[in-house]
Amino acid sequence: MEYFLQQAINGITLGAIYGLVAIGYTMVYGIIGMINFAHGEIYMIGAFVAVIAFSILAMFGIANVPLAILIVLAVAVIFTSAYGWTVERIAYRPLRGSFRLAPLISAIGMSIFLQNYVQVLQGARVKPLQPVVTGGLTIMRSDHFTVALSYIQILIILTTVVLMIGFSLLIARTALGRAQRACEQDLTMAALLGINVDRTISLTFVLGAGLAAVAGVMVTLYYGVVDFYIGFQAGLKAFAAAVLGGIGSLPGAMLGGLLIGLVEAFWAAYFTVEYKDLATFAILILVLIFRPTGLLGRPDVEKV
Amino acid sequence: MLTLSGIHTFYGPIEALRGVDIQVARGEIVTLIGANGAGKSTLLMTICGRPRATRGQILFDGEDITRDETFLIVRRGIAQAPEGRRIFARLTVFENLQIGATVGQPQHFDEDIEKVFILFPILRQRRNQRGGTLSGGEQQMLSIGRALMSRPRLLLLDEPSLGLAPIVAKQIFAAIAEINRTQGLTVLLVEQNAFHALRLAHRGYVLQTGRIVLSGTGAELLANPEVRSAYLEGGVHA
Repeated sequence: MEYFLQQAINGITLGAIYGLVAIGYTMVYGIIGMINFAHGEIYMIGAFVAVIAFSILAMFGIANVPLAILIVLAVAVIFTSAYGWTVERIAYRPLRGSFRLAPLISAIGMSIFLQNYVQVLQGARVKPLQPVVTGGLTIMRSDHFTVALSYIQILIILTTVVLMIGFSLLIARTALGRAQRACEQDLTMAALLGINVDRTISLTFVLGAGLAAVAGVMVTLYYGVVDFYIGFQAGLKAFAAAVLGGIGSLPGAMLGGLLIGLVEAFWAAYFTVEYKDLATFAILILVLIFRPTGLLGRPDVEKV
Repeated sequence: MLTLSGIHTFYGPIEALRGVDIQVARGEIVTLIGANGAGKSTLLMTICGRPRATRGQILFDGEDITRDETFLIVRRGIAQAPEGRRIFARLTVFENLQIGATVGQPQHFDEDIEKVFILFPILRQRRNQRGGTLSGGEQQMLSIGRALMSRPRLLLLDEPSLGLAPIVAKQIFAAIAEINRTQGLTVLLVEQNAFHALRLAHRGYVLQTGRIVLSGTGAELLANPEVRSAYLEGGVHA
C-alpha cells in the first residue's frame, strides 16, 4: 500500500510534466492540423535556459529560493516562447497552403536542427544543477517503507494545476481563446470575420512554448540534470499523451499526460524499468485500436 | 462604393472568373445571379481576398484592396455571410456573434447584438446553444447576424436561401430588405433563387462561366426573355 501510494505520487508528478508539454502538441494540431515535432526541443531549450539562469543567479548570490524560481520561470518562459514563435515563423508559416506533409518534414528538420544547435552550443555532456528545492513531507511511515512527498513534487503538481485551470479559462473565456477555437474550426471563416489568423497561430505557438518552458524548468528542478537529448524522449511521451487523450482536445492532453506518467511509474515499480517505455506505447496502441480518436477526442464529423 | 474591374481569379487550375466588371453604389442591393459553377461564390470570396484576383482591380471607397490581407479587407467594412454559412459548430450562438464583433468597437457590442436579436428573435432563445445544433434556417440567420456584428458598410451574402423552406427563405429576404431600408446597408447578394433576388434587388448582374453577360435593374432582368428562360422558367416561383 505504501509503495503503491509512493508510485502514484511519482507518476502524477511525471504526468503533470508530460501534460504541460502535451498541451503544446494538441493546440498546434487543433489549429493548423500539423504535429509540431520540434516541440520536444522547445521544452529541452526551456530546461537549458533554466540551468543557465539558475547558475547566473547563483553567481549573483541570489539565495532566496522562491524568488530565484520565479525569476528563472519568467526568463525561461520569455526565451522559450521566443523560440516557439521563431520556429513557426521560419519553418511553418512559409509552408502554409503547401501540401500537407511539407510542414511535417520541416518540423522534423527543425527538431534535428535544435538538438544539434544546443549540442554545439552547450556540449553533449549532461549538465547538472545543484538541488534548489530540498526536503519534503513524510506522509506515511511503516516498518520498512516511508512515503515521501517532496517539496519539489508539490511545486510541480501545484504549478501544473494552476496553469491548467488558468489555461482552460483563457481558452474558454477570453477573446484570444475564442479566436483560437474559431481558427481551429474554420481558418477561412475566421479570417472573413476579421481575425488575424497568422497572429492567432503565432500566439498559439508562443503559449505552447511557454507551458513547455515551465515543464522544462520543473524537470530541471526535479531531476537536476539536462542534456540536449531530453526533448526527444519527453517530446515523444508528451506526443503520445496528446494522442492518447485525443489530439486537439485540451482536457485530453492533460488526462493523457497523467495516464502516461502513472503507467510509466507503476510499470517501472512493479515490473521492469527497462521496459517502461514499451508499456507506455503498448497502451497507446491498444487505446488507439479501440478508440482511434483517443480518450476524449471527437470524431472528425460535424453537422453542416 | 465597390468597383471591380477586369477581375480574373483562378480556383485551383480553373479560371473561375474571366474579366468581371461590376459596381455597387452606396445603399444599393445588387444581386448576382447565375447557374451553379458560374463563379458567383468565387467572386464574393475574391472581394475578400480568398483567393486573390490574379488580374484586375478591386476598389472599395476608392481604395485599392486587391492585394490586401483578408482580415484587413474585413476591417475596412466588408462582411460576408459565405456559402454554406460556415457557422462555428462547436461555439455557442453567442460566441459566434462575439467572433463576428472581432472588428467592431467593444462599446457597440450590446447595442449591436440587440439589433441582431430584434432582427432574428429566434437567436436570442438559442444564444447558449452550440451553432451546430441549429436548424439550417437558424444557421443562416446566425451567419447574417454574425456578419452584421462588425457594423459593415458592405454586406456580401452568398445564397442565403439555399436549402431553406420557402417560408424561411422569405423571412431571410425580408430581413435583408429591412436592414437595407432602415440602416442603409449596401448589399451584394448572390442567389440561385433568381426570382426572389431580382425582386429584392435594385440592380442585378447575370454571371455565366466567369463573365458578366447581362446587367440591368431588377425589373428589367425579370422581364428579360433570356433571363426568364435560363433562370426562371422551371425554377422556383414563389
